[in-house]
Amino acid sequence: MTKTIATKEEVLEILAEVKDPELPVIDIVELGIVRDVVFDGGRVRIDVTPTYSGCPAMEVIERDIVTTLNSHGFSNVAVRSVFSPPWTTDWISASTKEKLRAYGIAPPSGASKAGTAEELVTIRRGRPAVECPYCGSSNTEEKSEFGSTACKAIHYCNSCHQPFDYFKSF
Amino acid sequence: MTQSETSADSAELFEYLLRLGDDRLVLGHRLSEWCGHGPILEEDIALANIALDLIGQATLYLRLAGETEGKGRNEDALAYFREGVEFRNVQMVELPRGDFAFTIVRQFFFDAYSYHLLEQLLRSTHAELAGIAAKGYKEVRYHLRHSSDWVQRLGDGTEESHARAQKAVDDLWRFTGEMFTPDEIDERMQARGVGADLPAVGKKWHSIVNDVLGRATLSVPAETFMLSGGRKGHTEYLGHMLAEMQIVARSHPGVEW
Repeated sequence: MTKTIATKEEVLEILAEVKDPELPVIDIVELGIVRDVVFDGGRVRIDVTPTYSGCPAMEVIERDIVTTLNSHGFSNVAVRSVFSPPWTTDWISASTKEKLRAYGIAPPSGASKAGTAEELVTIRRGRPAVECPYCGSSNTEEKSEFGSTACKAIHYCNSCHQPFDYFKSF
Repeated sequence: MTQSETSADSAELFEYLLRLGDDRLVLGHRLSEWCGHGPILEEDIALANIALDLIGQATLYLRLAGETEGKGRNEDALAYFREGVEFRNVQMVELPRGDFAFTIVRQFFFDAYSYHLLEQLLRSTHAELAGIAAKGYKEVRYHLRHSSDWVQRLGDGTEESHARAQKAVDDLWRFTGEMFTPDEIDERMQARGVGADLPAVGKKWHSIVNDVLGRATLSVPAETFMLSGGRKGHTEYLGHMLAEMQIVARSHPGVEW
């Protein structure tokens, strides 16, 4: 069966079955990396934007997009990478942030900020604490801005003594 | 536009994209050598993360370079099947990783350069290049935060860390001029609105480097001669690095896993 007639909404609903392999509780539409769905003759083209330039999950995601749409009858699927505008965690909705928290990852807090070169090279002190996803305490500290994946930082809760991942505001 | 102008234009763009890709590929590989050897676990992870970002950025520039060249070479063909003389990176990024101070100071010098370079390239008239630069620009912000933070901690740290950081600054200084010395390709790419104004990048680089080295209680080396020849030639170290980086792809051409 080759499916050619569909709406963008229908395709987006199917794409919600594709999860981020690093964050299996949220799908790629919620993550904000699906930028467009374009019908071109008998082909459907999905425009995706990477979260980080070197994110190794992107290859898996592109493959999953094709196989998932294939299994729903779309035999001619193309995936295109787009870079502009660059992905930002500001595209993640409040309900998706809740899912991250429930999964044990503190969601991005606050909007992604640019900052000048002078601000970037000033050693940071007293930055706003990230709320612990387990106990809700704000008595937490950043252990490292770099974590298990490009999108996460390592934090520690001084109240419940639990280390946790923070999905960085980016 | 005539056909011959078009092909000269794309040859220049190909060359320019190789420079952007190769700087990041080679430095990313050097940083990845720290994986499993970092001084502390968090730093091991940080350097590996930054290496991944740089290699990811290199992938995007080299893919676009291959498409621009139009001879069927993709990013892997360009990374693994070119010889050392065909690499277009500056010499600073290919030097062996040295000690942690050397790695950090080099990273800071490169991040400060990349930050100001990408800030210009995200306004490039070449839409795809601008998009890739905009993506990298977001990443280099936290790279710069990380490396400048460490430069200050090492410089203003113990006697030992200060001495090592100062030695790294002194040893690396003569390699920094290459980043800001435009040749005819840089000038033409800038004139076309595609590339960056390197002397302007250099001016901003000096300002941020002076600022950070000052806070780190490190001295800025006196004006000295600057090495040249990068982007066209290399130190003895690149070949050794490529031998290791390319051997798997060359021993098993076309292999996938």
